[in-house]
Amino acid sequence: MDSSYCSQDYQGPILEIRGLWKKFNNFTLQDINLQLERGFVMGFIGPNGSGKTTTIKLILNLLRKDRGEIRVFGRDNVIEEKEIKNRIGFVFDENHYYGILTINEMKNLIAPFYSNWNEKTFQKYLKEFDLNPQQKIDSLSKGMKTKFSLAIALSHQAELILMDEPTSGLDPVFRSELLDILYYLMQDEKKAILFSTHITSDLEKIADYITFINKGRIVFSAEKDRVLEEYLLVKGSLGILDSSLEREFIGLRKTPVGFEGLIAERNRLRWLQDKVVAQRPTLDDIMVYFAKGQ
Amino acid sequence: MDIIISNTSDEPIYQQIIDQVKKMIIAGEVAEGEALPSIRQLAKDLRISVITTKRAYEELEREGFIRSVQGKGSYVAPYNREIIRESRLKMIEEKLRAVIDESKTLNISLEEVIDILRYLYQEKA
Repeated sequence: MDSSYCSQDYQGPILEIRGLWKKFNNFTLQDINLQLERGFVMGFIGPNGSGKTTTIKLILNLLRKDRGEIRVFGRDNVIEEKEIKNRIGFVFDENHYYGILTINEMKNLIAPFYSNWNEKTFQKYLKEFDLNPQQKIDSLSKGMKTKFSLAIALSHQAELILMDEPTSGLDPVFRSELLDILYYLMQDEKKAILFSTHITSDLEKIADYITFINKGRIVFSAEKDRVLEEYLLVKGSLGILDSSLEREFIGLRKTPVGFEGLIAERNRLRWLQDKVVAQRPTLDDIMVYFAKGQ
Repeated sequence: MDIIISNTSDEPIYQQIIDQVKKMIIAGEVAEGEALPSIRQLAKDLRISVITTKRAYEELEREGFIRSVQGKGSYVAPYNREIIRESRLKMIEEKLRAVIDESKTLNISLEEVIDILRYLYQEKA
């Protein structure tokens, strides 16, 4: 390997996407911009079909982009695909392994692609995840397939971990274990993690940044704490709503017994009457009301 | 060092950390020079983000309660009576400011606020 490729030299973002476009027949990923620094975790949230998987596939050059730039470790993801992938660990929602092979056979096929493959680490994870190396991949449950994926992703000293819906199909106990594993990884401040999800899960606790994508566009990409401080969930009776007030809402849900909606915090003072109840939204609330409003 | 975080509290998590660490220092429960958990370790233990713990530590450092040494971690700063008294006053100021803002919105005069304050203060005492 060329010594100028030494990862420690590059101080910029570990992942940088600029002006990324990808057009499909019935869906377009539009002008995606995001940036992730080493030492941090980004949660990539949005409804199903909003473009999360497409974006992650584009990062890994599994899809051809129409326009834009993707840099990983400061390098072009297409030109230096092989070197970049060597340092990325990825977990996909869908199974991308050969079902007729056993865990061990599949591993033997994958491991040679990584220059830093660590068999001891892999065996440790198999044990920790209760996976039998002789078992055929076809016979694994969805959760077990994810665990296998994760064991592969974590066994070659990857600096950037990309996970597409890693918790779907996993029970709360394993989700909690996964969270511990990610926290353990992040004790190393040179690593970074990007994971996508369409459901609220405990995983978001670890996220430093949240990027919210809806209908192929980034709605915001910001510090999680700031996002949660910026919005307010307001509930009240229908009687106080009029059309100008309704326009203040990012998203609004009306029922015969009242309304509930999301507003930006800067409008807070106007709303602090005894007529409404205001509370901090969850990321789920934010996701739902943005999707509703747009 | 115990830090207990409530996820349902209206108080932001970083503020909860700040308040608890300060309280321990003010109460003398932690000694000068005592090491605090590293930012990444605390994030892991509390299951919160690194940015949140970082923000709390930075604020504690700015206020003079802790000191951070690059590559070595954070420590409880030498005990400082003035800083502690100042921080108590600042805490009260912030709360009063909220009361003032609210009073102005609700058209309650300064005199009325002072009356209420005096009444409540003496009543509680």
